[in-house]
Amino acid sequence: MPPPRSTHKIRVHPLGETALLAELGSRLDTGLNTRAIALAAALKKRRDVRQATAGYASVTVNFDPDQITFEALSASINRLARKRPPMEEPGRLHRIPVRYDGPDLEAVAERLGLRVQHVVQLHSKPIYRVFLVGFVPGWAYMGPLPEELELPRLEAPRKQVPAGSVAIAGRQTGIYPLAVPGGWHLIGRTAVKLFFPDRDPPSLFRAGDRVKFFAADG
Amino acid sequence: MDEVLKVEEPGLLTTIQDLGRPHAVASGVPPGGAMDRFAHNAANLIAGNEMSAATLECTVRGPRLTAITECVIAVTGADFAIRINGHEAPMWSAIALDSGDELAFGPRRAGARAYIAIAGGVAGDRWLGSLSTYLMVGQGGMGGRPLAAGDVISTAVPAESRVQSGSMPLALRPTYSDHTLRVIGGPHLSRLTSERRAQLFGSVFTLAPDSNRMGYRLDGPRLEVAGPELLSFGLVAGSVQLPSGGQPILLMADHQTAGGYPVVAVLVSASMPVAAQLLPGDELRFEEIDLETALRLRADQRAALASIR
Repeated sequence: MPPPRSTHKIRVHPLGETALLAELGSRLDTGLNTRAIALAAALKKRRDVRQATAGYASVTVNFDPDQITFEALSASINRLARKRPPMEEPGRLHRIPVRYDGPDLEAVAERLGLRVQHVVQLHSKPIYRVFLVGFVPGWAYMGPLPEELELPRLEAPRKQVPAGSVAIAGRQTGIYPLAVPGGWHLIGRTAVKLFFPDRDPPSLFRAGDRVKFFAADG
Repeated sequence: MDEVLKVEEPGLLTTIQDLGRPHAVASGVPPGGAMDRFAHNAANLIAGNEMSAATLECTVRGPRLTAITECVIAVTGADFAIRINGHEAPMWSAIALDSGDELAFGPRRAGARAYIAIAGGVAGDRWLGSLSTYLMVGQGGMGGRPLAAGDVISTAVPAESRVQSGSMPLALRPTYSDHTLRVIGGPHLSRLTSERRAQLFGSVFTLAPDSNRMGYRLDGPRLEVAGPELLSFGLVAGSVQLPSGGQPILLMADHQTAGGYPVVAVLVSASMPVAAQLLPGDELRFEEIDLETALRLRADQRAALASIR
């Protein structure tokens, strides 16, 4: 089934005078994300657009104000978004081995009232969607996480999260590609590399990809 | 490639930068590039280059360089009291160096970042379409790192003409004394109460110590935002983000490419060079303007670059 035609008007906000944010909705939803990715792809083909990046349910557009005004581009975006998006190709499937021994795993299980083994089963069961790649090089926001695992972010983010940490927050999961500060709950780690500086594009994941975690030793 | 300058002392943080890699955001890699595009572009035009050529971005304390061969350079941006062979030399003007000449910097008088362009453009490692140095992953420019003593700077193409006399008219050179940053209201400005909104546009903020090419943390009134958590979206340089806790963060060239904190204001492009010249401890304030005014300020900066002769 192709995604349904949108009847909602898109909210478009300026980001300075050379960029804008087009919001398709505010829910974590595969259909909205599919439409955002299709809209970004359509906008990238325009001469007056320098860059278009899909978020979960939005598109951030850098444009050339010498070629088009904010108002005219906003109107074009609303016209483009009313078109039925093309059928999305199924994203590439990545199978990621995880050693479920993260420093927050037991605390997560306790807060959720689950056994550790149950947390592992719940996390490794779904095939997640990569909603967007961003934040730091190689990071992919994936989800939706099972409702039973939903927790707010850590109150005090860590100054440094080890590379390869598998983490959850809200209805999302992700893997830290580099050692960076982070506020998500660390439940495991993987040896799979996510960022390859010598490749173009350098990120293992692309928006629309699918990811399946499985428990593995070592 | 022509070897042109030898690095005797690297300065505090000197990196190779150009106009960045805007298309790399799809992999989570920041666009990067020169923090002060106006000074970077002006230096290139004065040296007879395209604006897209790479320059040296010198932070707080400039390097000491000696010419290996005769060359033409231009220094713009922050005023670090440049000297050639010990004598004060003009900024925003082409300077012809002979083999053996020394370019050095004195104390900082204004601004934070100076730009050195060399006729022919600075050569470096290209990564994802740009020579810009990105320190977090050690890619681009001089092996992904700041300049070090003993490095040799080469030019991308041999300079056509050794005779350059370009300069920017005095009246059009920025002085970096006015720290008012002009902004357009952001997509989540309506999440601020009218009292908080008045504080955003009426208060003086101070750059916190942990401010760098990624972003500036701003000390001042805490601007707590109401409303549900946002889904992450693509970010642009110049965004004023409000994380939980309400301490604003101004995103700069090496910013995170996506995030979910409310964006309450975005700098207009004409104010980015002003922001690029701020250092921890500097005070700033935000002034809300409309799109039309932003476009006029943008045109004024273009006209200033076009006046370089």
